Amino acid sequence: MPEVRLENVTKKYGKIVAVENVSLQVHDKEYFSLIGPSGCGKTTLLRLIAGLVQPSEGKIFIKNKLVTNIPPENREIGFVFQTYALFPHMDVWNNVTYGPRVKAWDKEKSNRIGDEMLEMVLLRDRLNAYPRELSGGMMQRVALARALAAGAKLLLLDEPLGALDAKIRFELRYDVRKLVKDLGLTAIHVTHDQSEAMAISDRIAVMKKGRILQVGTPQELYMKPQHIFVANFIGESNFLEGYVSKVAQKEITIELRGGILVQALDHKRKREEKVAVAVRPEILMIEKGKKRKENSIFGKIEKRRFEGTSIRYEIRLENGDLMVSVRPALIEKWLDVQEKVTVSFPIERTLIFTYPKKGLKEELALE
Amino acid sequence: MITVKDWGLVRFLEVLSSKRSIRGLIYACAVTFFFALILFPPILGILLKWNLIGQIFENPALMSRATSAIYASFAIALFVSIIDIIAGLPMAWFIWRRKSKWLDALDTLADIPFIVPTVALGFSIGLFWSDETQGISSLFGASLVSPGWLLIILVHFVFSYPAVVRVMVGALFDYERTYEEASKTLGAAPVTADRTVTFPILKLSFIAAFTLAFARSISETGATVIAAGTFENGPVLLNNLRTSQELGYESALVFVSFILIAVSCIIYATIRILGPKLKIPVRKVWPVAERKLSSHGLTNLRNISTLLVFFVLILIPSLFVALPTVNAVLNGTLNQALSSTGIWQGYWQSISLSYGIAFVATLLNTIVGLPMAVLIARKRLGGLPSTVLDVLVNIPMIVPSIALGVSLSIFWSNFPFVPEIGLLLFAHLAITYPYFVRSMSAAIERVDMDLEEASKTLGAKPFTVFRTIILPLTKYSLFAGAIMMFTRSVGETGATVAVVSKLKTVPVLLVEWIKQTGLATPMEIGLGCGFLIILSFIILLILRGTVRGRH
Ligand SMILES: Nc1ncnc2c1ncn2[C@@H]1O[C@H](COP(=O)(O)OP(=O)(O)OP(=O)(O)O)[C@@H](O)[C@H]1O
Ligand SMILES: [Mg+2]
Repeated sequence: MPEVRLENVTKKYGKIVAVENVSLQVHDKEYFSLIGPSGCGKTTLLRLIAGLVQPSEGKIFIKNKLVTNIPPENREIGFVFQTYALFPHMDVWNNVTYGPRVKAWDKEKSNRIGDEMLEMVLLRDRLNAYPRELSGGMMQRVALARALAAGAKLLLLDEPLGALDAKIRFELRYDVRKLVKDLGLTAIHVTHDQSEAMAISDRIAVMKKGRILQVGTPQELYMKPQHIFVANFIGESNFLEGYVSKVAQKEITIELRGGILVQALDHKRKREEKVAVAVRPEILMIEKGKKRKENSIFGKIEKRRFEGTSIRYEIRLENGDLMVSVRPALIEKWLDVQEKVTVSFPIERTLIFTYPKKGLKEELALE
Repeated sequence: MITVKDWGLVRFLEVLSSKRSIRGLIYACAVTFFFALILFPPILGILLKWNLIGQIFENPALMSRATSAIYASFAIALFVSIIDIIAGLPMAWFIWRRKSKWLDALDTLADIPFIVPTVALGFSIGLFWSDETQGISSLFGASLVSPGWLLIILVHFVFSYPAVVRVMVGALFDYERTYEEASKTLGAAPVTADRTVTFPILKLSFIAAFTLAFARSISETGATVIAAGTFENGPVLLNNLRTSQELGYESALVFVSFILIAVSCIIYATIRILGPKLKIPVRKVWPVAERKLSSHGLTNLRNISTLLVFFVLILIPSLFVALPTVNAVLNGTLNQALSSTGIWQGYWQSISLSYGIAFVATLLNTIVGLPMAVLIARKRLGGLPSTVLDVLVNIPMIVPSIALGVSLSIFWSNFPFVPEIGLLLFAHLAITYPYFVRSMSAAIERVDMDLEEASKTLGAKPFTVFRTIILPLTKYSLFAGAIMMFTRSVGETGATVAVVSKLKTVPVLLVEWIKQTGLATPMEIGLGCGFLIILSFIILLILRGTVRGRH
């Protein structure tokens, strides 16, 4: 069945390496997402799978068959373009039944599939409309119906919701997932919106500069990011610079700037190693005054911002570093700016990464 | 709506098109056709006679005639193209901002001199400006503008102006009004907004318009010969040398053709390279002066003078031939013509030859030009080779057509088995080819790649993609390009006179009627031109009809 496997795939455009040595396996009937910042090669990877471009190196398998020499028209895929690419000279009906027609299926079957697809995306009453007469959401649904009508079992979606406004986007993303699951398809969904990917994917691959940094379920990526970039791109993280000062059986101690000591559960580290300590803003507790407990640091609230459902505090630590804490707005009492506080975070949720050689900023940069 | 018919040929082509080798073969054929029939003969011919060139240096009289003719050609072309831009820009503006229905008609009228064969135009304009018994000269009792360089300039202005207006109108319609509006909301007067925002953005189109006018002026032969009198520019000299066959003429023929071809190519290359770097001053603004220039009164004045120039210098002289035509209808010449007696028998033969050749050339070029247009537009050969092809395709258009014809006939004289009609066809294929491939490749380039790829992912074979996506989305350009080729072929004089000796296309025949006194009466010539113009009108209406279908 349509499982997709990439082995050491590289794509170069002249000097630009758009996709670099990517190996990946997407399972049958899986909803798989590719996310990463703009220009990281997501579209290129999808186009490689579709056969719209050829890899410079490496192999691509669909259903365990090497597809290098199979042109896109014979790969039995459905591709939904970011711009939808609806044919402007055809109405909705002819767009949707284009696949069956060019594949010369018999007329009855083509018509039946066209009907079914339009029924499914709730556009039966617009079958004579031309693309320019449709709203963005409708165009998106036509594009989806068209890709599915061609009989694809593997659906490739390039930012299918990118051009829609936030509200519709939010609704449609669950519709798309449901459709894929109901029809038993395999889907590879490209997006740069991490919340979208987290909400609908079985697994996600995070890309940066043509490489895949980590593949995992949404929970894995959130709880156990294996790369410092992932820790920042999926959700958000505070980063503190420090050295490993003590390695014990279970936990290690890290000395931060200004001699502050914190602990984490990580046994792979060596003494004197330079590391970055990552703490998610939503686990960073704040209390008034000076309190002593595990992984606690003193500081002062520098800024407070109300973000609709939560409060975002910026705290200047006693060693000069800055940390962000995000607290639910309705549950906790709001603290004031200039208030002296203690921040703390649980040892078992404290993440440790090797400090990037290029520097933190460079490593986290989106470009 | 496109349906897949169970049409054998379509199925067959679809299956073929999925084989990479077959696609390669088709592209290879198109490229070979281009090099073997369109590009090389006009260049190689001249080089074959290279050894003759030396002779002209031993003939100072001929040499000085040749140099001044070449000089005249470029001077006139330069002058005419500049005037074209100056006069054409306000007109293009006017049409773009059309606010009333009748401007639509004006738009159509502006195309007339483009579609009418230049010989008929030349005759008509000559009648208007220099015939002492008719036209405005009759008011003065003497020829107002006698044949010579001034009349040539008037004629060239008439036939190149519409091309310039057309290109600029096209560019203006593609242009986003929002830029201009943004500039105005920032406080710029209309003239300032246009100068600092609209013009710089449209610069490339202006350069294209200028190049087109320049090429047409350098190249035109039929009308120029009629308007020249004893004056000689490049094409006229070539024509005179050919007819007189004086001592050493072959050397001069090769020399002048070579210089014209070489210099045209150099100028074209220069414009292409330097054009985009040309700067329009945008930093400086003269708020007060430009606000005054934008005032209502001055705007009206500008519009009125634009229309005046158009009617007095272009439209009325172009259509002045209607006068003898009407006379001819009244006095019975029409009956003679229709019963095909006397000189009319030859006329109708020439008409069928002209339209037959035009039809075959159009058909052939459409078939072999399409793959070429795809190659160029989709950069199928990679970036650099495609750009090179894109440049090379223009050469037959920028090279003076009579020089092209001279070179072509020299080249094919090495293949004596090629009949005269073959030469005629080759010349017309070469002359018209660029008009089609250029407009078609531009149209294909405008088709979003995503559409093509979407079609592929839905299971369409390469030929199906072409048939169901590219062709329907470019059909107006295809049709317009085909009609353009057709009208260019019917009106072509220069290359034609250079390659034929017995066969006469209509323009060649009419030049003969006009130049050799006593062959035909002015009324007969008028009627001869009249028929041509009416046929052109019909074509113009078809063209308008299709282009309108697009909006
Ligand atoms: N046809 C091409 N020719 C040259 N370079 C290309 C081409 N297509 C993509 N690239 C380059 O490859 C890199 C990856 O591009 P790609 O479109 O795959 O990124 P993306 O992750 O989809 O970005 P976005 O989120 O902005 O859509 C970019 O640097 C881009 O400039
Ligand atoms: Mg992309």
